[in-house]
Amino acid sequence: MLHSALLTKILQIWMTLVKIGTMIKLFKVKEKQRELAENSNGRPPVKKQSAGELRLHKDISELNLPKTCSISFPNGKDDLMNFEVTIRPDEGYYLGGTFVFSFQISPIYPHEAPKVKCKTMVYHPNIDLEGNVCLNILREEWKPVLSINTIVYGLCHLFTEPNHEDPLNSDAAAVLRENPKTFESNVRRAMSGGYVGQNYFPRCI
Amino acid sequence: MSFEFQDVGKPKAEVAARRVMERVSGVDITPHFCRIEDKPLDFYSDFSIIVLGLDSIEARSYINAVACGFLEYDSDDNPREETVKPMVDGGTEGFKGHARIIVPGTTPCFECTIWLFPPQVKFPLCTLAETPRNAAHCIEYAHLIKWDEVHGKKSFDPDNPEDMQWVYSEAVKRAELFGIQGVTYSLTQGVVKNIIPAIASTNAIISAACALETLKIVSGCSKTLSNYLTYNGVEGLHTKVTEFVRDKDCLVCGPGVLIELEKSVTLKKFIDQLEDHPRLLLTKVSVTHRGNNLYMRAPPVLEEMTRSNLELPLFDLMGGIPKDIINVNGMAGKGDGKQSCLRKLRVVFKGVDGISDIDMAGGA
Repeated sequence: MLHSALLTKILQIWMTLVKIGTMIKLFKVKEKQRELAENSNGRPPVKKQSAGELRLHKDISELNLPKTCSISFPNGKDDLMNFEVTIRPDEGYYLGGTFVFSFQISPIYPHEAPKVKCKTMVYHPNIDLEGNVCLNILREEWKPVLSINTIVYGLCHLFTEPNHEDPLNSDAAAVLRENPKTFESNVRRAMSGGYVGQNYFPRCI
Repeated sequence: MSFEFQDVGKPKAEVAARRVMERVSGVDITPHFCRIEDKPLDFYSDFSIIVLGLDSIEARSYINAVACGFLEYDSDDNPREETVKPMVDGGTEGFKGHARIIVPGTTPCFECTIWLFPPQVKFPLCTLAETPRNAAHCIEYAHLIKWDEVHGKKSFDPDNPEDMQWVYSEAVKRAELFGIQGVTYSLTQGVVKNIIPAIASTNAIISAACALETLKIVSGCSKTLSNYLTYNGVEGLHTKVTEFVRDKDCLVCGPGVLIELEKSVTLKKFIDQLEDHPRLLLTKVSVTHRGNNLYMRAPPVLEEMTRSNLELPLFDLMGGIPKDIINVNGMAGKGDGKQSCLRKLRVVFKGVDGISDIDMAGGA
């Protein structure tokens, strides 16, 4: 067990070494950085894009959406991290409806899945009334190799093949399972603007 | 170093700074209590070494991008020593920890090895909504589903004890409904904030490793560990140093491909040149510069918005600076083997002041 005075002495020698080493390198680094700053017309270094933003740029520039889908960028062409996708199913129970989804991309994309919510109130077994979407690739099945394109295709699939086995809206799931004809009319009533049970659905058709 | 009861409520940075200065004479520590993103880039450019004790992938990714952003390469694609800003990164999680050295341009950076992280644990929303089986499901139900139902627009604040208490009590109710055991307040914090209780010995080991490596870097007294140390004290004690290699195409720390251009070259001409560049051979190119999307091939709405940039000089679109990094995405390869790829380019404009020390070899 070292005596505390000896320990303090060792720490002091260390700090002196650190100061000397630091001062030498600091001088060299500061000189060069002053030079660099002057070279770029005196402009301070601007924030670079994160690797996540670059990968998102790649996904977006390769988007190949089905004809039932369109995309818009509410914050302009330079903010790709927040956008909306609109789906207008051309077959199935939801034919004719217009459904808007908001996408929020994290700075560490694709390490984290995009956050997707449905902005349109819809009567659907896999979408709840708050807009949460139960889609496996948005949560437990997300992998960095997937892309915005795969998510949009997954969302389209929810409308062409609603799934009563993974329900977020258990009432809608039960109706779909037990009485598809009633489910069909509930969907049409909700899309036209009307009540299903206690819930009022604004028109989206 | 341990915090004391009277420190509760004060910023850790300020308490730690005061404590260390009390114990070690001759050292000067300036605490900063704010988000790392709030400091401008020239704040970080002042330091000769950056030591990290961060708590998320996002924070490490940010600082890594900042430090690697200072890195410059010469015309032989070698890192310029005076632009290298080394980092020492440490982290702990219960009985496990790591310490790594990042020397931009030499060792892999944080982004080079980010693919090694396992995917985060995420439960399906329908399990949370309909068929919870354990305490974590009940907690996540309260946090992700019930919160919005009751609070609407107001978002959950994990640092607000009242919000956390609300989630905890809802989780307890949910657990009672399904006959599930094990919901506690500390488990609630753990699940919601991804917190694992800290173990003093792990922290001591990892912080000692980081301090030692920092000393080696600034004093040159010894070779640093090369370059990633892992520690596992779950059963016995296991520690190993692995030498990871750089991703030479890393978008954050890689040299990119050097391209020299006249100031008059339009964006369209630049894009066309990439098709014939021997190291690129890119078609269907989209171009982005510091967050400005200069040209997007898709989707149609963005292509229309950026089409007019094609006729403008790239020099102007990049803000009239003599050189900078831009990123391009396109299809590479020939025939059926074409693959999409994202490339980093070092663009240098000829005849602009300030680049006298760049060798004019190579280029487009």
